Amino acid sequence: MITEVQATLFVAGAILMGLGALGAAVGIGILGARFLEGAARQPELIPMLRTQMFIVMGLVDAVPMIAVGISMYILFAVAG
Amino acid sequence: MASGELTSSAYIKHHLQNLTYGKFPDGHWGFAENASEAKEMGFMALHVDTLGFSFVLGAIFLLLFSNAAKRATIDAPSGFQNFIESIIDFIDDNVRGSFKGQNRMVAPLALTTFIWIVLMNTMDLVPVDWLPVLAQKIGGMFGMDPHHIFLKVVPTTDPNMTFGMSIGILLLILFYSVKEKGLGGFVGELTLHPFGKWMLPFNLFLEGVNLLAKPVSLALRLFGNMYAGEMIFILIALLPFWIQWSLSLPWAIFHILIVLLQAFIFMTLVIVYMDMAHQKEH
Repeated sequence: MITEVQATLFVAGAILMGLGALGAAVGIGILGARFLEGAARQPELIPMLRTQMFIVMGLVDAVPMIAVGISMYILFAVAG
Repeated sequence: MASGELTSSAYIKHHLQNLTYGKFPDGHWGFAENASEAKEMGFMALHVDTLGFSFVLGAIFLLLFSNAAKRATIDAPSGFQNFIESIIDFIDDNVRGSFKGQNRMVAPLALTTFIWIVLMNTMDLVPVDWLPVLAQKIGGMFGMDPHHIFLKVVPTTDPNMTFGMSIGILLLILFYSVKEKGLGGFVGELTLHPFGKWMLPFNLFLEGVNLLAKPVSLALRLFGNMYAGEMIFILIALLPFWIQWSLSLPWAIFHILIVLLQAFIFMTLVIVYMDMAHQKEH
């Protein structure tokens, strides 16, 4: 039997994860596009640009990842 | 986990519970038997598994590196020494690239954060059930009820661990900010940037949030990544064995990247924060 509180918690976890995924996808898409632009302009800089892209990707991903962590916690440890 | 019906929800909850040793509400100390008892212990509780694994991994890191340092030789270095040297070079490049001040502590700090976090995160690649079942067998031999033995093998999935590290970094930032800029300089930087002195409360609010966001985001970024990864491993473990490999293999390979990337980002941000603490240009 799923209670109403549990149902609301499921929806909350789903919204958290969904919006986080949206933000992360758009952010990393733009980041990747700029990387490809830069790589096309100066192919000799590709290794350096790739390193920097991964660093910035980790930062852009941070808040969506925090949202995913909290959402997983809500979905499984709180709502069961 | 043999007797009775084990639902998937109970399995997941079992794997998400730390081994907690603490003070029960009635005053006696002992291991918590389930999640609600652990919550009732409140502040007076220790996550024995997190502490244990992080200590052991830190000791392994120190032993390995000190061993390599003692046996370092210039003629015919061994493969192990080359490996350690390449790690040191990598950290050295990163520190030189980002840190412009004068502090002998920053490079060892960067090395420690990086290797320790890599070791702790790599525990996530051990199959989900191996170490907890081993712990249950050992506990069973000592007479404890196997149902009440929990074990979370990845210390960085415990927010206490990541916050412990990032609060340490915050204390270092504060200490070196005051040491390099003087107390007046540090307070001045907090209150007079970015607007002039007539907007002092607003400046203080902005800079305060900026300062507090550093350790909070460091801790939660690492925690969120590792917790999500571990959670997906647990969920994949619930699938039937003949289909598990198709999902767990790609996820494990992707997770190797995440493990190294998150440790690298933590280290890079630590170096950048130390650099910002040492800047005297304002």
